[in-house]
Parts: sequence; structure tokens; C-alpha cells
Amino acid sequence: MENVLDVKNLGISFGGLRAVNDFSVSIKKEQLYGLIGPNGAGKTTIFNLLTGVYKPDSGKIILDGTDVTGKSTIDINKAGIARTFQNIRLFSQLSVLDNVKVGLHNNHSYSTVESIFRLPRFHKVEKEMNEIAMELLEVFGLKEDANVQAQNLPYGQQRKLEIARALATKPKLLLLDEPAAGMNPNETEELMEMIRFVRDHFHMTILLIEHDMKLVSGICEQLTVLNFGEVLAQGDTSTVLNDPQVIKAYLGE
Amino acid sequence: MLKKLSKQKISDIITYGIVLVAFIVMQILINAGQISSLFEGLMVPLCTYIILAISLNLVVGVLGELSLGHAGFMCVGAFTSAFFSKCMQDTITNSIVRFLIALLIGIVVAAIFGLLIGIPVLRLNGDYLAIVTLAFGEIIKNIVNVLFIGKDSKGFHFSTKDVMALNMEPDGKVIVNGPQGITGAPKDATFFIGFILVLITLFIILNLIHSRDGRAIMAIRDNRIAAESIGINITKYKLMTFTISAAMAGAAGVLYGHNLSNLTANTNNFGYNMSINILVFVVLGGIGNIRGSIISAVVLTLLPELLRGLSDYRMLIYAIVLIVMMLFNWAPKAIEWREKYLSFKKNKKEAVK
Repeated sequence: MENVLDVKNLGISFGGLRAVNDFSVSIKKEQLYGLIGPNGAGKTTIFNLLTGVYKPDSGKIILDGTDVTGKSTIDINKAGIARTFQNIRLFSQLSVLDNVKVGLHNNHSYSTVESIFRLPRFHKVEKEMNEIAMELLEVFGLKEDANVQAQNLPYGQQRKLEIARALATKPKLLLLDEPAAGMNPNETEELMEMIRFVRDHFHMTILLIEHDMKLVSGICEQLTVLNFGEVLAQGDTSTVLNDPQVIKAYLGE
Repeated sequence: MLKKLSKQKISDIITYGIVLVAFIVMQILINAGQISSLFEGLMVPLCTYIILAISLNLVVGVLGELSLGHAGFMCVGAFTSAFFSKCMQDTITNSIVRFLIALLIGIVVAAIFGLLIGIPVLRLNGDYLAIVTLAFGEIIKNIVNVLFIGKDSKGFHFSTKDVMALNMEPDGKVIVNGPQGITGAPKDATFFIGFILVLITLFIILNLIHSRDGRAIMAIRDNRIAAESIGINITKYKLMTFTISAAMAGAAGVLYGHNLSNLTANTNNFGYNMSINILVFVVLGGIGNIRGSIISAVVLTLLPELLRGLSDYRMLIYAIVLIVMMLFNWAPKAIEWREKYLSFKKNKKEAVK
């Protein structure tokens, strides 16, 4: 299978600190890929590089054959990378449904004039958007809460909504930044099911950052371990987790 | 789903209804001679303030950015349109046609100003944006105050010094006279025109908010980083909102300018006093609540006049009303009480969102 994401020798410095150095990774289509490492290893920085929040000093990011290195966040999202955040970032005062509809913004459009005068295209596209958004919400079990303000959802549901919103942009690659943060073991279990489901149902390629080793060893097929901005180990999950260097640097003996 | 749509539609219809009923009631009272001429004279300014409050609410409530320069855009609209009307007073005799063209000019020029000022200042947010917009508002007002424009057989003359510096022929006519502003522009604005403008503003704003663009704007307000991550063009939407808002403030200015025989730019009508006044309407009406903006603009404009009989106590009562409205709208206990006892009025609650 072809690679959805090819990252070659990516690097960035903040002042004198080399936050990420010589980072390379290849992710195949429909793969569940994990990125782990101690705090401050540069995991979120890599997410920010991949989504254009930071511009890399060196290296290349190839998404599905196109070079997206140095492009803006907006263009990278249009090219097909969507993400969630470590600390949930929803549109808190919008309804659950509207949160997802904002995700549909670029793929379903009508002009401002059409919306002000409520021309036929407005009604047609809005109906389309409602249907797609409701389908997505149904998949995530949020259909009943469609009209609830996003900020009033329970924590676990908010995480789900964030994933639904990201999927609404029709990405080729989904980045999940610590999806299990703050969840209890039962919720984590449920989340693992859901991530697998998202992969199978949407044929999605997923790269996730996680500290919960149960989740990582449970669903990730391939892993990269980072330490001080450098790749410490890379490969199949079981091999990597048994690597003595990884155990020493991250897992603890 | 359908339920939600209709709810939001009902809320909009109530807003239109309130405006319509208020207009009809006032019109009947005016026709019946029940209203003093002083009060009647307040009607056009009142429409102006409502439009201003709605337009500022678009920036403050929907986009979530604080702008204190709205009076500046109003000033641009008022002066450009009054300038046009005064020049064309004898050429276009139909006051409706003249007003419509003036309106268009006022709106377009104010929108251009909004766009040009928006490009640099919208890189800022929060307090910084407030201060910079305040400065731009004052700059516009002060420029108008030093502007002298005259017209004679050779064409237009400009100066920033005084009337003498215009070097006009003896038959030349001064149109803009610096601090004395524009005198004798036709008073084309009527209560009815004002009312129609309020309805149009309301129509545009409500339809804009409940659309794809409105959602994108509110998404930026709620979480800029997340909005960017799903491909919303922040700069474009911020500029668009600011420009539409400036255009509406311009329209309000046109209305205001065509209601005065002597249009001058001072602190009270086009300076920061006015900007703050509009902000008070928006905050007291509920940030993001369009209907609330209309109601508070009406109450706070008419109240000082209604209380005129109380002379010395007038401003005291005005201040108390401000505080009470503030508590009723924003105090957590008051919100709790409202939700408990007024919760059957679902629309009210939704509008607050």
C-alpha cells in the first residue's frame, strides 16, 4: 500500500533549543500509528509542524504524494490533515451540530449573498450539511445532543465531538493529541474501540500521541518513540516496546 | 433538527415583530398628536442608535472583538453622504432618490474605511484592538474637523487651514467648513426611512449569523486555533465582519447626517462618547443578543427624555437603570432566577446564546 504520510528529516529549533531533530516517519494507508515519549520530547511540536502551526527549519512533509512543507494551517487542512487537541478546543458556545457543520465549511459552500437572501442554494447546501453532520453525530453517539451547547457536554463526549469535527473536513490523515487524557480505564477502553471503528468505518489513517500504554499497545500497529526531539526507536509496537533503550528512557525498568 | 430551526426562526420573527409593533405604535401616537415635538425629533436618532448597536454587536458579540471606533465609521458615512446631498441639492430634486444615492455612497465609503483600517488593526485582539480602533475613530473625527471644501465655477477646492485658504472666486460656496461642519444639507431622513433601514440591517445581520459565514465567525470567536485547524480563513472572516459592521455604521451615519441642518463632528456625536454609548447598548442588551441591543438602545435613548421632568434626578435614575439592567442580564443569581421562572420563554434563552 502507498504511504499517506512521508516525513523526511524534519527539524525545528526554538532559539538555541533543537526541539525536533531529524525526524522521519512513513505511515501507510489505514494504519494506526503511535507517537510516544516522555514529556517535552517534542511530540506536540511534531503535530504543530505537520499542521503548519510551526514552519520547519529543515526536512519535508509529503502528504499523499504532495509536498505540504511550510504551507499554512488552512492549506494543510484543505490538503487533508485534521487534528484534535491535547486540551479540548471546541467552539464552546455553538451547538454540537454547528461544531460539526463548521468542519464542513470548506467542502460545502454557498456565497454570502446567497445566505443573506436565503436563495435556493442556501437551503439545498444547508440541508446537505445537516444530513452529513447528523450522520457523523450518530456514528459518535451524539445525535441526541445535537442541539446542546458544546460546552455543556460531558468531558468524554467533548473528545468525541472534537474527533467528529475533524472528520467532517474529510481528511486523509487524522492526528489525535492525547485522546485518552483525563479518562478513566472504562472510558479509555471505549475510546480504543472508537478509534478502531473510525479507522475501519472511514478508512482513516491515524497518527496519535498518547501516554496511556494500555491504549498504545492495544491499538497502535507501529510506533515511534521520541526522546529529546530525536527518534529513539521506530517499528512494530511489540518490538519497540521491548527495546531496552525505550524501556530505560521512557517506560522505566 | 426541524424543531431547532423553527425555534431560531420564531426568535427572529419575534425580533422583527417587536420592531414593527414599536414603529406602528409610535406612528399612531405621532399622528394622533400625543407625542411632543421634542420626542418626535428623537425618532430618527433612535433608529440611528439601533442600527449602530446592531452593527457593533456583530463585532463585539458575534466576532468577539472589542471595537471602540464605531463612531468614526458613522462619521465617515454622515459626512460623505451629507457632502453629496449638499452638492446635489439642486441637481437631484427628488429627496428619496437623492437620499438613496447618498446612502449608497455613505455605506460604500464607510465600508472602504472599515476594510482599510481593518487590514492593519485586526492583527491585534482584545484590549489592544480596542485602543487602536478608539484611536482611529478619533483620527477620523479630527480630520473632519480640519477639512475645508469649497466649490466654485472652477470646481472643488480643498484646504486644511481655513476658508480663506480655499482661494475661491467670490461666488464660491463653502461646503465643508472645518469645525462648523456641513450646514444646510437637505434633511431627507424620516422616521419611516429610519425604520426601513433598521429592518434591512436586522435582516442582513440575522441571516448572516444563521448561515455558513456566521458559524465560521462564531467559531473564530470561540476558538481561533481550532477554527484555523479545520480550515477556516481567520483573516478573511475577521475583515469581512469588520467591513460589514463598518458599512452598517456608515448607513447609520447617513441617517444621522440627513436629520440635522447643521452637521458637525464633536466628541458627543462622532467621538469616543458615542462609541462608548453604543458599546453600553450592546453590553446591556446582552453581548451577541441582537434583540437585546435593540431594546436597550430604545430604552436608554428614550429614558433621559422621559425623565426630563425630574430635572436633577434624571441622570441619577439613568445610572440606576444601567446598574439594574446590568445585574438582570449578567449576574449569575439573576440568570438562575430567570431560568427558573421565565424558562417557559425558550426563545428568550436561546437569544441570549
